[in-house]
Amino acid sequence: MNIIGKPRRRVDGRAKATGQTKFADDIMLPRMVHCKLLRSTAPHARIVRIDAARARAHPGVLLILDGRDFPIPYGILPVSQDEHALAVDRVRFVGDPVAAVIARDELTAFEALDLIDVEYEPLRTFAAPEDSLQHDDPRIHEYGDRGNIHKLVSLEFGDVGRALADADKVFEDTFFYQGNTHLPIEQHAAVAAKDPDGKLVLWSSTQTPHYVHRALAKALDMPAAHIRVVATPNGGGFGGKSDPFNHEIVIAKAAWLLDRPVKICLTREEVFYCHRGRHPVLMRMKTGVNDDGTITGMEVQTVLDGGAYGSYGVASTFYTGALQTVTYHIPAYRFQGCRVFTNKPPCGPKRGHGTPQSRFGQEIQLDKIADALGLDPADLRLRIVEKPETLTANYLRLGTIGLAECIRRVTRAADWSSKHRRLPFGRGVGLACSSYLSGAGLPIYWNDMPHSGVQLKLDRSGGVTAFCGATEIGQGSDDVLVACVAEVLGIDPIDIRAVTGDTDLTPVDLGSYSSRVTLMMGNAAIQAAERARDLLADSVSRKLAVPKDRLVFADRRVFDTENPSVGIAFAEAVQLAEAAFGTIGTTGSYTPPRSAARFKGGGVGPSPTYSYSAAIVEVDVDPATGWIHVPRVWIAHDIGRALNPTLVRGQVEGSVYMALGEALMEEQIFRRLPPRLSHALVHKFPSILEYKSPTTMDMPEVFTELIEEPDPRGPFGAKEVGQGPLLPVMPAVANAVFDAVGVRIDEVPTTPEKILKALEAKAAGKPARYGPSHFPDVPWPEPLQVPPPWEGGDGKARGPERATPQVIQS
Amino acid sequence: MPNAHITLTVNREATEIAFAPYKTLLEVLREDLNLCGTKHGCELGECGACAVLLDDQPVLSCLVLGVDCGGRCVTTVEGLAVDGRLHPLQETFADLGAAQCGYCTPGFLVAAKALLDEHPNPTRDQIKEALSGNLCRCTGYQQIFEAVEAAIGRSAEGLALRQPANP
Amino acid sequence: MMRLPHFRFHAPRTVQEAADLLASASPGEAMIVAGGTDLLPNMKRRQQVPSTLIGLRGIAELRAISNGNASATLRVAPSPSRGDGLTIGASVTLSALVGDERVRRAYTGLWQAASQVATPLLRNMGTIGGNLCLDTRCNYYDQNYEWRKAIDFCMKKDDRSPERAALPGRAALQVCWVATSSPRCLAVSSSDTAPMLMALGASVDLTSAAGVRSIPLADLYRNDGIHYLTRRPDEILTSIRVPGADGWKSTYWKLRRRGSFDFPVLSVAAAAKMRGETVEAARIVLGAVASRPVASENAAAALVGRRLTDDIIAEAAELAAVPSRPMDNTDFTLVWRKRVTRDFVSYALRELRGDETTDLRRRLHAWHVVPGV
Repeated sequence: MNIIGKPRRRVDGRAKATGQTKFADDIMLPRMVHCKLLRSTAPHARIVRIDAARARAHPGVLLILDGRDFPIPYGILPVSQDEHALAVDRVRFVGDPVAAVIARDELTAFEALDLIDVEYEPLRTFAAPEDSLQHDDPRIHEYGDRGNIHKLVSLEFGDVGRALADADKVFEDTFFYQGNTHLPIEQHAAVAAKDPDGKLVLWSSTQTPHYVHRALAKALDMPAAHIRVVATPNGGGFGGKSDPFNHEIVIAKAAWLLDRPVKICLTREEVFYCHRGRHPVLMRMKTGVNDDGTITGMEVQTVLDGGAYGSYGVASTFYTGALQTVTYHIPAYRFQGCRVFTNKPPCGPKRGHGTPQSRFGQEIQLDKIADALGLDPADLRLRIVEKPETLTANYLRLGTIGLAECIRRVTRAADWSSKHRRLPFGRGVGLACSSYLSGAGLPIYWNDMPHSGVQLKLDRSGGVTAFCGATEIGQGSDDVLVACVAEVLGIDPIDIRAVTGDTDLTPVDLGSYSSRVTLMMGNAAIQAAERARDLLADSVSRKLAVPKDRLVFADRRVFDTENPSVGIAFAEAVQLAEAAFGTIGTTGSYTPPRSAARFKGGGVGPSPTYSYSAAIVEVDVDPATGWIHVPRVWIAHDIGRALNPTLVRGQVEGSVYMALGEALMEEQIFRRLPPRLSHALVHKFPSILEYKSPTTMDMPEVFTELIEEPDPRGPFGAKEVGQGPLLPVMPAVANAVFDAVGVRIDEVPTTPEKILKALEAKAAGKPARYGPSHFPDVPWPEPLQVPPPWEGGDGKARGPERATPQVIQS
Repeated sequence: MPNAHITLTVNREATEIAFAPYKTLLEVLREDLNLCGTKHGCELGECGACAVLLDDQPVLSCLVLGVDCGGRCVTTVEGLAVDGRLHPLQETFADLGAAQCGYCTPGFLVAAKALLDEHPNPTRDQIKEALSGNLCRCTGYQQIFEAVEAAIGRSAEGLALRQPANP
Repeated sequence: MMRLPHFRFHAPRTVQEAADLLASASPGEAMIVAGGTDLLPNMKRRQQVPSTLIGLRGIAELRAISNGNASATLRVAPSPSRGDGLTIGASVTLSALVGDERVRRAYTGLWQAASQVATPLLRNMGTIGGNLCLDTRCNYYDQNYEWRKAIDFCMKKDDRSPERAALPGRAALQVCWVATSSPRCLAVSSSDTAPMLMALGASVDLTSAAGVRSIPLADLYRNDGIHYLTRRPDEILTSIRVPGADGWKSTYWKLRRRGSFDFPVLSVAAAAKMRGETVEAARIVLGAVASRPVASENAAAALVGRRLTDDIIAEAAELAAVPSRPMDNTDFTLVWRKRVTRDFVSYALRELRGDETTDLRRRLHAWHVVPGV
């Protein structure tokens, strides 16, 4: 290996360090005009009247659009086509776009917003899941499983009732995970234009150009082949730019009507309204264990506060219960999930998508189990770690599992055994583990085509261009693409140009979500490069009279491995091949293996393989005030193989950072004004100042260990790293607080106020915890019964399928 | 309202510019001088993405009135390289993973340059403090600190930290 | 991108010129801008929309820190002003203040307060005068126009919606959403330097076209979120006069979520003059618990003539916390902010006693590195 595994400047490093990376808002085109969206000031209301006459007459205003211009709905999931680019008849949260102004400059467009008169007829405001569960009317949407319940899931793998009855002990806990948001520093931005050929082009800060392409074609009722979507490098995504968004569709239409380029760049406040962030989740977990710590069975129930639209919510709901089984052996498992609509910005996928919430509960509950059984939390986990190459109770096929090694390495690095339960009162350490997908096994919409495609063009100059629909969002996807090709062809990354995220120029890659890019695009890139290498090797073999299998591609040369001086330059090899075969272009593609799950709902959770992480967090808690400080974090991550260790470490540390923000301070929360005086339900502080994101001064030291046990399913053995390392940090913080001061904070975020309340409860002889005590009544359907593999199951549900009426592919 | 009209020095070049008088320095740089390297994340002074050097001090260009910049000296990320050579901080940021999405990077670079110009050998605490007005959501800051430390003691004419695979 | 509204801009070269410009403007039309870090965000959010801005940057005389605090019109209560004291021009940036050796040596608390304002970038821009005149802050007010419209505005800005007037049981048209029965606006004084300079016994000069008046800093403030300053619209805060340190020690403790960016949501400024181990005089001023900095005279009195023992500190901390009335319009819950007031007062008093507090400051993110030291 010449490139893979070595710390290396990323291919886009120079562009980023010189400010030359062109983000969407950096695009300036001749005759370009600007768009602003008028957003609802009512949380839930019928639109009685929109009068834009004054705005239309405002000097400099070119076009006003409203919901009447966008009759066709769209949405990221086929089962949740519930959005319109601009509200039609109804607004569902403060911030829901109602009208658009396009004007010669942004200030003029902004001024004209206030000249649009909208009359609203208020409807009941649904501020919390309890409201939505109790009141079916008025419905926020006219679809969904019932009333204001968007989605109900009920699945059982094995007889959980008996498993719990047979256990030595059963632990039952209720947890709450507050919502939070991605907060990319780049606000969403996009430019649309009619190109010189009369076709539509959209440049946008999106993680999923392919899905935006499909949504545009649908919502604008235009042939997809006449629409080009270019994903500009994202200034941070974290899942927040994975949906097709109102503003993209609005400016596309405006550019089409005006035949002028139209730009929109959202304000920070508007980014909070786009949201699609972490769902607030209330959860109840029941786990049966034997005295030796083995788990007999587990039951998980979740209620997700979905906000006003579907987004990825159906998938998010499944994800709150999908990955419980991939870390520890759970012989019987029941999952019930419920997502409700409320009048708040829609929730969706944020780093870890749906899994951090229930991982938080599971890992705290394990800490409680260890404490009750008198076991060391690390030893307990080592006893129950799932075996590699296993089919879990819910039919997830696991690959390599480096979790035990993660636990061993992180406990050694942190000197766990001399710290846990041994530090003075007020100081503590906590451990937690996790796992995450290396790419969703199924696409968003059902199809049999590859998930990622790569094309290579080999030029007689020796240069190579790699085309792929994958999107650079900072994680380094361009670097992975180039590194894989360079390694196979034996050339330097600088010899390769990456052309990515462009629906006209690049083959489809589904997008930068679900930690899928390295594994899927990487495999496709290797396949394309190997096919090119094969063509070149044919020609070189003939020319040098060296058997093909003795040829090595390295150092920009193709040479005889037994006699390295016999060889030719890479460029010359391309010329030989071009002469022999014509223009040299190859393709590679990747399709994940077929899932073993055959039951409805089994589409969420399968992945080619899973990454594993373990983290230890040290905390310092002031018992007088509850103030919490995190001085150090140790984390070990099972990456399979680090393609570029510099970038892998960056993903691990960045995950720890984002996790600490969630664990300690970040909250997407809302303010309901007194109902007797106001209908208002507003985001409490849609600003980057009051939404607390850790600064340089708040970031602890992070010690990262990479576990490299190559997984044959990954490119050069690589698994994901972008999301998994976030997951263990939040529960590790809560477990460390318990170690420090003996109270349980069964909620995220863990704040000084909550710690102090728990300490006061403890002092008053009440349960030494802070967290939810109630779980609402949910009309759960009878669980779909799926016998696990060890009971002779074949992945199908027993009896007629009845629990989930919709077919969910992702 | 008529355009404002000022002369100032931008990246060591005398510049004469007319612009809408309500614009901040950020808007003038990006929209009227086409220097889009300077980014923005809030326009309210809450994120640090728009930092530039104004008379050699790092400030937030989103809160500087364009009309108040006559005669002043502005350095943006585009002006960090001198005579075709990147500033050592640019080399180390690129090499060591300090730029992930790259959006906050220009702001960090100018803040770090101001620190090294004034304190050529800062401690980790001083680096943290000097960069505490810049938010990054990608890196967790550690690789940024390391990149600043790696640039210590290397003059603008110095070589890259290590020969990059792609020079 | 958020845009400023249209405005006219003036850049006077002298205080007199600035005062004349202000005097010639109609009331409410013109505003002073120095660093811009408070006013410009407010303008972008349309909380303030002056049609004229008068920039102070070009006035050299406002950028000086000079020894001595003599003022002909100064009528503060006798203060421990042996020693020269300092006169700080209102346009001195917070960075310049932090970088001034005299400040760091003689007025530790002021150095601590100034060095914890916002961020280094904002301290390079923001001025001491601006920090003293900082608009009061509130989660219902520091929002964009459309957000405020969604709550039907509040009494601090754009209130008097006819719809709310029509609701039953509403006698008044004006409402403070923080406490709907409140007759006045409860926006919070969020300046770091104001409580500290009050604790140091500072006074300020207010200059208008008619002349200069000097008042104790404490008299600059009113406990009203809207009319929080006694400064007349035609006056410019031009300088701050700090009495000589003369045996006084001072300290500043700030509660904020993060180690940077955040405004204080509780702060304790304390100063004490010691004779040996005995407190001869003391001042304790709380920040961010009302619409103005709040002096806790009972607590200060409880210290006089006593040694700073743990018991005395605890007693004073309890007394000092009494006037702390945080409301639900900032970060952290109001109950907890009220609850920890006494802890923060005790941190301050322990530091004045000479206790080592480095670790505590680090844990609370209430620390600052001296550049180059």
